[in-house]
Amino acid sequence: MSFSISLTVNGAARKVAFDDPRVTLLDLLRERLDLTGAKKGCDRGQCGACTILIDGRRINSCLALALSHDGADLLTIEGLARGDALHPVQAAFIAHDSFQCGFCTPGQIMSAVGLIQEGQAGHDPERVREGMSGNLCRCGAYVDIADAVLDAQKRLTKLDRKQVA
Amino acid sequence: MNTFDYFRPTTISEAVAAAAEPGAAYLAAGTNLLDLMKGGVARPSRLVDVNHLPGLDQIEHLPAGGVRIGALVRNADLAHDPDFAQRFPAVAEALLSGASAQLRNAATVGGNLLQRTRCGYFYDTASACNKREPGAGCEARGGDTGLHAVLGWTESCIATNPSDFCVPLVALDAIVEIEGKAGRREVPLESFHRLPGDAPERDSVLEPGELIVAVRLPAEAAPFAAHARYLKVRERTSYAFAVVSAAAALRINGSAVVEARIALGGVALKPWRARAAEEMLVGERSVETAFRRAAELALADAKPSGDNNFKIVLARGIVVRALALAAAGTPERTPALPASPFAHNPGALLNV
Repeated sequence: MSFSISLTVNGAARKVAFDDPRVTLLDLLRERLDLTGAKKGCDRGQCGACTILIDGRRINSCLALALSHDGADLLTIEGLARGDALHPVQAAFIAHDSFQCGFCTPGQIMSAVGLIQEGQAGHDPERVREGMSGNLCRCGAYVDIADAVLDAQKRLTKLDRKQVA
Repeated sequence: MNTFDYFRPTTISEAVAAAAEPGAAYLAAGTNLLDLMKGGVARPSRLVDVNHLPGLDQIEHLPAGGVRIGALVRNADLAHDPDFAQRFPAVAEALLSGASAQLRNAATVGGNLLQRTRCGYFYDTASACNKREPGAGCEARGGDTGLHAVLGWTESCIATNPSDFCVPLVALDAIVEIEGKAGRREVPLESFHRLPGDAPERDSVLEPGELIVAVRLPAEAAPFAAHARYLKVRERTSYAFAVVSAAAALRINGSAVVEARIALGGVALKPWRARAAEEMLVGERSVETAFRRAAELALADAKPSGDNNFKIVLARGIVVRALALAAAGTPERTPALPASPFAHNPGALLNV
């Protein structure tokens, strides 16, 4: 059997053909589109290293069947920066030293971008920590991750205000 | 993972016909099913993808005061629907206490009702499990039973239902709308999940091909909004299944209980409604002594299925605490740590 789906990946239209119905979005990104930012940690929806945005919402791409997402708009870590200008969440992770080995970092950053867009956590550190609990960090950089998310959120709020004004 | 045929129906009747074939399974978000397939626990030969069926993703507030939730509404969308969260706060709190933000963005209402047990022996294909393979035996008996049943279990199966969402739903008399070959039928959620009985492999009363299309909360569920909570004890504060949980909802006149609803999670293979405890509370003052008697009644039939007697003690405490929190009043906003006993609650209640 062969399958073909159309996706928008980081703003670009992509048509992807594959021959196995078991392909997940994570497999498709990593193996078919050479976008290896999203990581295969547990591959079972437990660690969050594969987090991407689908149609603006953060999800675990390891538990998303590619066939089921024909027509979807995906944003991965590779699509976050604008040229050399890092996304405010990326910049905040560097400023706050929010990683050690870096394996979970793309998932953490995409999850943080999703969290900020959802707008439920506000500037409450406890809500940010709770909202980020789907992303494990085995190095234990959690404190600095939460600081980076709160800081990035402040910057993004200021940017929004400027854009409105 | 075994390979499978993939089929995307365009109508409900097409879906029902396709899923009635032996070996077929419905695919919604797949957050549980794909995990089970990757582990070799579920091996469907055909996936019927219902994600694109029209009309199943609406939250309809009904004129009489109830709500009808389409089976494809995502957990996060329901929990964050302002009208829904205001009218059914314990349900929103339960949803937000489950899984992670990523999973809640994907997982559906119908899928939540159909998630399989998280019994480690069910998941481990090297262990004997009557639910996975009828007649094989139950290795959970005598094993690690911290997440296992203390109510309604049998020698053949001591697993629990892992849903948070279903606990307040069952307390509030939710109805499941089901479409099958013979047309539409409705089943109270309380009768939807099965205890193990003589067929532990059957989780629910669904017949082959039957599809959950909606879950409905009746108008009678809305008057509890001012006094409704969900409380959940987990091995860590976030992103873990319940060891025990409880939903408590009260209607209070002055200091007297007019009506009470109590259900427990993590204690049985179905969300466990505690009707005797509810009846006892009617007319009582909403005070701790009454809540303690209610908790005794709620767990009166409980017995450990292994080294888990602690769960009975814990469940009593959680029922008392959930009732006390419900009596104190629903918070204006879902707590930062939903359903957590470690959330910032008024100090006196923490000693219950």
